[in-house]
Amino acid sequence: MTTPREADVLVIGGGGAGCSAALHLARRGAHVVLLERGLVGSQASGSNYGGVRQQGRHPAELPVAKRSHELWKRLPQLIGTDCEFVQTGHLKLARSEAEAAELAAYLDVARSHALELQLLGRAMLRARYPWLGPSVVAASFAPGDGSANPRLLAPALAQAARESGAAILEHTAVTACHHGGGRFLLETAAGPFTAPRLLNTAGFWGGQLAASFGEPVPIRHLTPNMMVTEPVPYFIRPNIGVAGGGVYMRQIPRGNIIIGGGHGTGDPSVPMSRPSPEVTLQVMQRAVALVPDLAGVSVIRSWSGIDGILPDKIPVVGPSLTTPGLFHAFGFSGHGFQLGPAIGAILCELALDGRTETPLDGLSIGRFARAALPVG
Amino acid sequence: MRVAVVGAGPAGVRAVGQLVRAGLHPLWIDEAPDGGGRIYQRPPPGFRRSPQALYGLEARKATALHAALDALKPRADWRPDTLVWNIATHPGRLNLMRDGVATEQGFDAAILCTGAMDRVVPVPGWTRPGVTTLGAAQIALKAQGCAIGQRVALVGSGPLLWLVAYQYLRAGAGLAAVLDTTPFRRKLQALRGLPHDPATLAKGLFYVTRLRAAGIPVAEGATPLAIEGEAPDVVAALRWRDAAGREHRLECDAVGLGWGVRPELQLADLAGVPIGFDPVQHNWVPQRDLTGRTPVAGIYLAGDGAGIGGAAVAELAGARAAQALLADAGLPVDTALVARLERRLLRQARFRTALERAFPFPAHLAAAMPDETILCRCESVTAGELRAAAAPDGPHGASPEVNRAKAFTRIGMGRCQGRVCGAAAAEVLAARLGCDTAAIGRLRGQPPVKPLPIPQPEAAP
Amino acid sequence: MRLVRLTDQDRPEIRFVFEGQEVTARAGDTLLTAILAGDGGFLRTSEFGDGPRAGFCLMGACQDCRVFVEGQGRVRACTTPCAPGLRVRRA
Repeated sequence: MTTPREADVLVIGGGGAGCSAALHLARRGAHVVLLERGLVGSQASGSNYGGVRQQGRHPAELPVAKRSHELWKRLPQLIGTDCEFVQTGHLKLARSEAEAAELAAYLDVARSHALELQLLGRAMLRARYPWLGPSVVAASFAPGDGSANPRLLAPALAQAARESGAAILEHTAVTACHHGGGRFLLETAAGPFTAPRLLNTAGFWGGQLAASFGEPVPIRHLTPNMMVTEPVPYFIRPNIGVAGGGVYMRQIPRGNIIIGGGHGTGDPSVPMSRPSPEVTLQVMQRAVALVPDLAGVSVIRSWSGIDGILPDKIPVVGPSLTTPGLFHAFGFSGHGFQLGPAIGAILCELALDGRTETPLDGLSIGRFARAALPVG
Repeated sequence: MRVAVVGAGPAGVRAVGQLVRAGLHPLWIDEAPDGGGRIYQRPPPGFRRSPQALYGLEARKATALHAALDALKPRADWRPDTLVWNIATHPGRLNLMRDGVATEQGFDAAILCTGAMDRVVPVPGWTRPGVTTLGAAQIALKAQGCAIGQRVALVGSGPLLWLVAYQYLRAGAGLAAVLDTTPFRRKLQALRGLPHDPATLAKGLFYVTRLRAAGIPVAEGATPLAIEGEAPDVVAALRWRDAAGREHRLECDAVGLGWGVRPELQLADLAGVPIGFDPVQHNWVPQRDLTGRTPVAGIYLAGDGAGIGGAAVAELAGARAAQALLADAGLPVDTALVARLERRLLRQARFRTALERAFPFPAHLAAAMPDETILCRCESVTAGELRAAAAPDGPHGASPEVNRAKAFTRIGMGRCQGRVCGAAAAEVLAARLGCDTAAIGRLRGQPPVKPLPIPQPEAAP
Repeated sequence: MRLVRLTDQDRPEIRFVFEGQEVTARAGDTLLTAILAGDGGFLRTSEFGDGPRAGFCLMGACQDCRVFVEGQGRVRACTTPCAPGLRVRRA
């Protein structure tokens, strides 16, 4: 048998979280090897909507989101490119009084996490965004939020990690995973690798990896239905969501409008995913109801990708409860893009220091272990 | 059983003919109002040129095809002006769009006859108004009675170059020159294979001879360098280099460009048909056999969309694919017809190979494109930007294949989805990385196949 | 760019509006022909600052001939028939 290549930390999965972890670890001088089955940023990290948003997040996620936000603002210093991150603000729309009440309720959450958020009534909305349709009755605006280009983040993090000494191995699937004597041994087509610490940043497939260490989680695959229009004059400045979901959109200064909502179809075992034509048509209709000026603008491309979603729609982040040296960050449930940069920093601290300042309460994999215990 | 045929060019017409003859009533969809495809496109009502004037030596074939098309329309579920923007299999579904209204149609078997479009190599200045494909130059004349300019330069290679030149000559259009980028000796070497179809060979020689006799400047082994003009919306000249290495400036007000054609294979791709690189055609082509069957049950391909063969092959292949579909459905098959079709298809395939060797895609021209050339005209991405994205020391790492390059640079990401620039982009990338074109891959098909307009908002309840 | 009307042009004249000016075309013209055989010169301006465009493939594939028609939105000029009274702008 080939002698395994030694590393300080092995990372499985080259999405935003894994690439960011490789970067932070390499910058701390650790010998890190990242193993990616395809190209970095191929699945959820590269095919998502590109929202960089704190507004509306689950309170358990907000500390990570806030830390990530600081990293997003410093991307040029950190990795030499901004990945087209722009702070346009995030505008969450309400189409009914019930949805408006939902937005108002989140103000308390925002206040307790020092997240700037403004509630806008109908008149203010009309004055600021005259292109909004009549169905919109209120909105909340988070001025610090924005968006970025999802196709660039994971590759840019990976490139910066490489330059700092990390080994980023693409087209290198992990075929077997062993643990014993305080070390992990991974078998791949590029030969075996061993290290005392392992990071599970394998997205949807992180669920299988966790299960192989005796920590199964009820993860399902998520295939967001995404589309983009032809370029039209720039008029939608903020990143737009709606209370209750179903449609979200942002326009980039080049003019294209990226619209998401609903789900496509996919098979993680291939892996393959594709958008659903019915959903594309439905979401076009939802989008034009919010912004009537979209009528007559053409959609030129649609796509999907595979993410993992957990029942409480927040990820698993933190140490394994069965296996010392194993750290999880997967199941981002459709909002991992914004979190990626901070997740890498947090995993680096967990792997090298055994602790992190960022509260991870509520994100532990243990929440599923407890639920799985027989009652009584 | 529910059978769908997409496309009403030579392949689609002959496929539907066989299906109708077998007693089926296929769903038949075409983007044009009147069918006919591109090669035998008819002008709108009100035009009065004779088939001889419109189609020249192909007039008889065109007339026969139009007669068949018109006779079949009432015997099929004919849907003109309709875009198929997405396809799914198992179960089979087509997503249609007509006049802004989206509908869906199920199918058990489908024959995709999606045709081809010009294959181009960007030349500096090619986005200027006045520069079109060779196919466009032909369509302007055929379907609208117009030339693309007063003094037209035609540049490229392949049978279409000479055909369009001859048609322009006959119509009395001003021709500045015909510049063939293929060296004469290359064509001569490949002529050995051409006698498989003496008629086509004779046609080609006839066109060239007539052009020379009319005093039209003709060059072989030419290299286009740049299309220039003072104002941004006109063409004033084409700079080019002759086979001996001398540079010339040709005054012209329009340029037609084209190097053969490439399959429109987006629907086959979305249907899951494997797509492979054909080194002889230098094209990505969907996998299918001589009968038109693909590895995807219920999906058949015919015509140029299944790999370039030309109009005559398309007619044969359309009929053959319909017979394959009938056989697979357990319906009676015309075995004598099948044998005849296959014999002729095999003979045509040998001829085609010789033709491709005579007019090879000028990969070297694409590879040598100056950095400042706009490569992707939808997204305005230059060749230099693509080359920079391929470099391993770029801010996002290397682009070892074309979809990654698309992700980094937006090449092929625009309204045409890489139809126009994809072939040339792959050559630029392959040359930059020093690898084979096949290894660069191809731009993945993504729905919608063509832009899909967002409808008016529904009235509030 | 100016298309040259060569043959088959004895069709009835029709009038439409391009960029606010009433102009003449012929029944059976596509919007592309109607604009470019007149004084239109070009159909659109690239969104990315690299100049005017006037279509390229004329067969509905390249999508580079989009114009704005009142009541229809953005359409391909090469596959859209010109009709009397249309109000067309560059897109």
